[in-house]
Amino acid sequence: MDEVMRGRVWVFGDDISTDLLSPGAYAVDPVEVRKLHVLESVDPAFASSVRPGDLLVAGANFGCGSSRETAPENLKALGIACVVAGSFARIFLRNAIAIGLPILICPDAPLIVDTGDEAEVDLTSGMFRNVATGETARGEPLPPEMRQILAAGGILATLRS
Amino acid sequence: MAMTVAEKILARASGRSRVRAGEFVVAEVDLAMTHDIFAATVFDTLLDLGVEKLFEPARVAVVIDHFVPAPTAAIADLHHRVREHVERLGVGIFYDAGEGISHQLLPERGHIRPGMLVIGTDSHTTTYGALGAAGTGVGTSDMVYALATGKLWFRVPETIRFEFEGEVTAPTSWKDVVLAIAGLIGSDGAQYRSLEFGGPGAASAPISGRLTVANMAVELGAKFGIFPADQATAAYLGEADVDGPRPDPGAAYAATHHLDLATLSPLVALPHDVDRVVAASEVGDVPIDQAFLGSCTNGRLDDLEAAAAVVAGKTVAPGVRFLVAPASRTVMEQALASGAITTLVEAGATILAPGCGPCFGGHGGLLGPGEKGISSSNRNFPGRMGSSEAEIYLASPATVAASAVAGKVIDPREVTDG
Ligand code: SF4
Repeated sequence: MDEVMRGRVWVFGDDISTDLLSPGAYAVDPVEVRKLHVLESVDPAFASSVRPGDLLVAGANFGCGSSRETAPENLKALGIACVVAGSFARIFLRNAIAIGLPILICPDAPLIVDTGDEAEVDLTSGMFRNVATGETARGEPLPPEMRQILAAGGILATLRS
Repeated sequence: MAMTVAEKILARASGRSRVRAGEFVVAEVDLAMTHDIFAATVFDTLLDLGVEKLFEPARVAVVIDHFVPAPTAAIADLHHRVREHVERLGVGIFYDAGEGISHQLLPERGHIRPGMLVIGTDSHTTTYGALGAAGTGVGTSDMVYALATGKLWFRVPETIRFEFEGEVTAPTSWKDVVLAIAGLIGSDGAQYRSLEFGGPGAASAPISGRLTVANMAVELGAKFGIFPADQATAAYLGEADVDGPRPDPGAAYAATHHLDLATLSPLVALPHDVDRVVAASEVGDVPIDQAFLGSCTNGRLDDLEAAAAVVAGKTVAPGVRFLVAPASRTVMEQALASGAITTLVEAGATILAPGCGPCFGGHGGLLGPGEKGISSSNRNFPGRMGSSEAEIYLASPATVAASAVAGKVIDPREVTDG
């Protein structure tokens, strides 16, 4: 995993719940099926149009609701390189780190990009930048210990080593 | 340096003399719980990683509580696999289907002690804060790591303190207290933080009420929701005295709120968010199809008795399903002995197996499209109890029972006084 990532942006609003990220109806299906239904009730085209390396930008309280690890897992399976949100629900944040899905807390990120823009995110400095306009938003980098787990590829990767 | 209760517990668990909010620690876990939804995944992953032994089997708990009794053949098979893993790994604490809900059983059967650090693959693991423990939910990967190593990382949370004054008077209950807090700080008002409850009003709280409040700490985003141990905790544990961590004078709080319990009245959280809180008397005309009394929030003896007191001598309104799921077999036995179950059944209630019941929308009495339900549980987001086109109102046992009788959402005082 790189600490600096550049990709195409998808923007969503506040309170994106684990129900939207991992709909209950597919909860026990394999990840190949689950990932096709991510955010379908918000943007039906998202799962089929998203490309590996894309960035997901959202508002406050991302990943609220039930403690399902399938929520970050689905995003990782779609190839989302990093989720940048105003704030994360606690268990989603833990689960994202546990499975090695990079995240950045950055409340102003949704203000400087639109869906389709290209942006750059630096996990070490916490900077988020709109590549075309050059506008930046300063986020809170995760503590180095959490970034280490992310860099290893998740908590089970640290267990294997 | 003065510490909050959360800081003290994480300091002790990580072998440090002190920690500060914001620090990152690796702590030893005192108890790790997983239940039928995630247990098989957790143990399968452990096997895949070649881990044959649990860090300490006596500190691992498995409970079959969500799908009870098994509603499908596939779930029966899942339960079978869970039992096999439990047997193979020598899991120390195991409660099979029908014993009750994890968050009721672990406190009730004496597995939770003040000062413990407890993790569970369930967001309502915060419930154990009622006994002065730090309990929190984690995902399956974190659980696998903890079961293999006995350790897990934590960011030491900032703490929000609630000082309670005055007393709660029936039919207002501790559910109304936590709904009032939700209305006050919002459903992400304690994100990443710990809640600490104290003051004279907290001392007056029965353990059942503390369990209700700590249970819903996660509904406010909190990592922990802790009532430091006191005489009531000792009495619940059957001990003369109890030595649990208490906050130091001068500990640093992100915020301190004061709440006069005497000013509260029955409240309701409107669909679809726990922080859309209004007075039960001001909900307006909302006819209901179902009333559910149960869950790890409000399925205890006190809750069944509060509901029985409201419906005694009355009958459930025509067309309303009144479902009651005691939180454990012990609660069921006590409520049979006290007569509460008889009163509820005579009023028209259907008694379900001890367990989660329809709380999470898995089985056991769900809401159809366009239906409205009132529930003593903890979540009302779309689809939580069945159809995503159903509406859920959250309230106390007394309000749920009164609404079952009235056929609409109602303030319990309108039923008991009239
Ligand atoms: S009763 Fe409801 S909230 Fe509690 S553990 Fe069961 S499903 Fe979860």
